[in-house]
Amino acid sequence: MARKLLIEHAAVPGITTYEVYRKHGGYASVEKALKTMSPEEVVEEVKKSGLRGRGGAGFPTGMKWSFLAKPEGVERHLVCNADESEPGTFKDRYLMEKLPHLLIEGMITSSYALGARRSYIYIRGEFMYILRILEKAIAEAYANGMLGKNILGSGYDLDLVVTPGGGAYICGEETALIESLEGKRGNPRMKPPFPAVKGLWGNPTVVNNVESIAAVVPIVNEGGEAYAAIGIERSTGTKLISTSGNLVRPGVYEIELGLSVEEFIYGDDYCRGIANGKKLKACVPGGSSVPILPHYLVTKTAAGTDRLMTYESLADGGFASGSMLGSGGFIVFDEDQCIVRNTWNFARFYAHESCGQCSPCREGTGWMEKVLYRLEHGNGTLEDISLLEEINKKIEGNTICPLGDAAAWPVAAAIRHFRDEFEWHVKSPQEAQTRNYGLIQVPLEA
Amino acid sequence: MIKVTIDDVEIEVAQGTTILNAARQAGGDIVPPAMCYYSKLPGTGGKCRTCLVEVAAGSTADPRPMPKLVASCSTPAMDGMIVKNKTSERVQTNRGGVVEFLLVNHPLDCPICDQAGECHLQDLGYEHGSAKTRYREERRTFSPIDIGNKIKLHMNRCILCYRCVAVANQLTDKRVHGVLHRGEHAEISTYIENAIDNDFSGNMIDVCPVGALTDQTFRFKSRVWFLKPYEAECGCDKCSGKAVVWMFGNEIFRVTARKDKYGEVETIEDKTAWICNDCRYDKKDPSKWNLIGPRKIDRHSVISQGKYATKNDNNPKLIR
Repeated sequence: MARKLLIEHAAVPGITTYEVYRKHGGYASVEKALKTMSPEEVVEEVKKSGLRGRGGAGFPTGMKWSFLAKPEGVERHLVCNADESEPGTFKDRYLMEKLPHLLIEGMITSSYALGARRSYIYIRGEFMYILRILEKAIAEAYANGMLGKNILGSGYDLDLVVTPGGGAYICGEETALIESLEGKRGNPRMKPPFPAVKGLWGNPTVVNNVESIAAVVPIVNEGGEAYAAIGIERSTGTKLISTSGNLVRPGVYEIELGLSVEEFIYGDDYCRGIANGKKLKACVPGGSSVPILPHYLVTKTAAGTDRLMTYESLADGGFASGSMLGSGGFIVFDEDQCIVRNTWNFARFYAHESCGQCSPCREGTGWMEKVLYRLEHGNGTLEDISLLEEINKKIEGNTICPLGDAAAWPVAAAIRHFRDEFEWHVKSPQEAQTRNYGLIQVPLEA
Repeated sequence: MIKVTIDDVEIEVAQGTTILNAARQAGGDIVPPAMCYYSKLPGTGGKCRTCLVEVAAGSTADPRPMPKLVASCSTPAMDGMIVKNKTSERVQTNRGGVVEFLLVNHPLDCPICDQAGECHLQDLGYEHGSAKTRYREERRTFSPIDIGNKIKLHMNRCILCYRCVAVANQLTDKRVHGVLHRGEHAEISTYIENAIDNDFSGNMIDVCPVGALTDQTFRFKSRVWFLKPYEAECGCDKCSGKAVVWMFGNEIFRVTARKDKYGEVETIEDKTAWICNDCRYDKKDPSKWNLIGPRKIDRHSVISQGKYATKNDNNPKLIR
């Protein structure tokens, strides 16, 4: 079994309390960073580690930190994006619920590296019970001198605030999150200016995912190079993957990047295969916004090599035959699942969550949802399939924020790989209503 | 000063000018259309996506093309940037797509809409839209609501450009006028249908690019192309007093601010010539206005047929 850097102690009883967490080596990174390292050295370690943003885009965290503008006399902020609402992704929830102090430790170390004096955790409104857990943990950290004035006698002050959102998916987009944190309607801002220059309250701001911030703890403890030794190529370290769907053992796993997808789905240490002895039909490897992969492209790439759990390997072949690691929401479908219904379900989510600010996303997502509803319920035509493709092309890349792309990709990929099933829904609507299409009949070399 | 090329026209503009404003400085048909951007209102732009252009070369320093189409209203021009608008096939198809999206939920009630004839969406639909719709579903519908006793809000027609929200943000910091709900269900509304208590709230009607916000004192009185616009002024102590009065014979049907060819309120003597509610709603008596002369209108489709620009008599022949 692979090494666990983040959730190793998650099952320890009472780990949510300060004492138990400290006994298991907690807050060592804060001591190390504040007592022996300069902020620049911490940033340097994170750069060396090759850590890539765990929220979905996979942008190198160290590089993001070095882009932060540092004008004299202007406050800087670190904001933790805990607005995890992607369908299929629930890793941050697990991390915060089980190990609240790990996030707080990461926040302190990262804020120190960035020179932030006031940092925020923006948490999804539905996670109200986790908000309570975090607030309790923050109070403990204050009581033990890990937060507040002059932390550990280093002269560094930090205040940490946790704020709940209203439960909007769009507030996971960093500029919408900032707007919401400022008390406004959560509409994404136009970029530029980027948050690194002008973010929260107009100050330079870094927004990072929960898992990225938690990963700073082992990076500082063990050094960036040791972290970079795990994983392969540009995908370094470990990653939390939340698996759901028709698996024998779904749940949250911490994997070393570079694990093969086959091992991950069928391995005894991981998901142990498809439930009820069924066959794999399709897989969404990174949360609902990434393209869906048909069974013949899940474990092998189009070139015939093994597909690995890395940013590069999952994206191998581009959108024609690849997907993305995304936020690690691994959804598996067995042979009984209906792709059209699933695509409609995703489209419904994006139509509901579009902020309604820019026209292609506002009107396009709603339109796609209605067309897919029609197809799924037996009222579709063959033109509808090409209409969906056209709407897709007009949304993709034309919106302010990536929500438009996220809405367009899964639909485009589903039509690309499962066109037969869409056509079957049009041609035999009554059959489609009563039974599912089953495994798609495509030769393995397709 | 920086040099930027838009559709083979080279323009020299000040540093920090957006692509759209650079194009407007050159004028002509290289100017991308804009439904939400309003140069006089801070915070507008970027939403409607009709002004998307292709950047074929980023700048002299970094001549790589930009992968996505960019919103010209909010992207600053760089030295040596090459922009394609009319000459780019990609821009034209995607703009057509945006227009199609805008029309998805827009009702076809131009025959009874007061904005018809000076509607930006009409122009845009004429230039980029297709004659048939591919949208088979039901359109979203709202009931019209009164924002105060002078403004009528037809949410069905709204394209959510946020211009009126920007006006409201200028008038008051109480956030009484804004957007409710999300996505397709988003609607402009005011706090429990209250009107903004401000003498300049009527300017929302002027900035609205479609017929979503209309003047209650003018609703259903006449079509705009039957009226003759005159530049007029009155010695108003609240506003600039410089407006356009729309007359039928000797009767004033409505009063609007003076708008330029992009539908924006003109700048007169370094000030944006917004007009106050008194001038807009209550001064319908010609004796209160000093008529300067006929208003020259260009660009807009129906009223700009050249009829009014050439005729200079006081008794225009009107077609009923």
